[in-house]
Amino acid sequence: MCLALPGRIEARMDGPNGLPFARVRFGAITQDVCLSFVPDAAVGDYVIVHVGFAIQRLDTVEAERTLALAAAPATKSPSEDANSRATGGAKPEGAS
Amino acid sequence: MRYVDELRDPKLAHALSSRIRAATTRPWTIMEVCGGQTHTLARYGLEELLPEGITIVHGPGCPVCVTPAAVIDRAVAIACTAGVVLHTYGDMLRVPASHGDLLAARSRGADVRVVLSPLEAVEAARLDPSREHVFFSVGFETTAPAAAAAVELAEALGLERFSVLAAHVRVPPVLEVLLGDPRTRIDGLLAAGHVCTVMGTGEYAPIAARHRLPIVVTGFEPIDLLEGIARTIEQLEAGRSEVEIQYARAVRPEGSAGARGAIERVFEVADRPFRGLGEVPAGGLVLRDRFARFDATRRIAVEVASAEPDTRCRAGEVLRGLLRPLDCPELGKGCTPEHPLGAPMVSSEGACAAYHRHRARKELPR
Repeated sequence: MCLALPGRIEARMDGPNGLPFARVRFGAITQDVCLSFVPDAAVGDYVIVHVGFAIQRLDTVEAERTLALAAAPATKSPSEDANSRATGGAKPEGAS
Repeated sequence: MRYVDELRDPKLAHALSSRIRAATTRPWTIMEVCGGQTHTLARYGLEELLPEGITIVHGPGCPVCVTPAAVIDRAVAIACTAGVVLHTYGDMLRVPASHGDLLAARSRGADVRVVLSPLEAVEAARLDPSREHVFFSVGFETTAPAAAAAVELAEALGLERFSVLAAHVRVPPVLEVLLGDPRTRIDGLLAAGHVCTVMGTGEYAPIAARHRLPIVVTGFEPIDLLEGIARTIEQLEAGRSEVEIQYARAVRPEGSAGARGAIERVFEVADRPFRGLGEVPAGGLVLRDRFARFDATRRIAVEVASAEPDTRCRAGEVLRGLLRPLDCPELGKGCTPEHPLGAPMVSSEGACAAYHRHRARKELPR
């Protein structure tokens, strides 16, 4: 029921009642997908598709990061990591 | 397929296996709560890549499995009502209910149609106003936005004979019930990736804090599962209990605004009985009063007489992670996909179906 797949937007078009739709490619097949939840998704973007709807855009930078870093052990706590990304390296108040 | 195949790389899987072994110094029990994750674990034999002492437990991550028989009985009764067309996702067809399943109803002449999207049901209703079209919508938060969109589209199109039989469930309240049960012994949790794609991670921080449980939002490919497990173990070994996102390519902390907005406009939270788990406070979604005319429960009056489930089925224990499907005496004997005793054997995401299907495998190819 939560099975969703990433596909690439090849074209955008109007669907029933003016809803935004896209032709999305999954390998060898394409499917028409409703973009009403991600109306700004563009041709060339990858989206996560579930029961005929794009529910989110796929973040390709994060996808590459997952592949590059998956095998390396975490070197710091995730909250420190997230804070340093958010603040550009400055330590949050109260951190040791 | 891009962003799928790379996440199935055996070399990366073995590197992650080494990372997990290097990190693990003590036994840990980790629960995953999405049927899609259960199936990946079983299909690729990923548990064989984990050190002794790491136990993966499968929770109630199969929305089909937790749908009470009474809900399916209502769907069957509605389908058997003259002039009704029932549209349903395929995996609901063979879920056992009190007096046969939807497939049996179809073989007796009920118009039951399988759809891949609720938009197909709306289109059918638009093209055929002579009959009452009902869309049977089951799922966690991942699937609810599509049902919400279908209701809003039906309203915009002015459809007079379309309604939704909605049996949507929410993950965080189910987790609270499980974690509040003294029989539950888990150390860490892999949160369901696509549920969090929609809803974000905000509801999980209080759970992590209250139960001192690391929660790693994890995807569905083998590399995702292994990385999620690695990060959970690394938190446990360091004594941390934080929410983190492994499935960052598809999950943002704030979720998907468009999808969440649709749920918020159309549904509201309600208590919900879960098959095998009992009543879950705030565990479900029901259509708001504003959309009452699109609510099949309010719109179509039927007699529903539900019977006791087959007591040989131990789905309740499986869904709580207290019984591993391989340890169930009925698996493959009294309970098979052809003659299921309960929903976890039928559903494409059910834990019992996963183990029955993949237990012949011996080893992950090297």
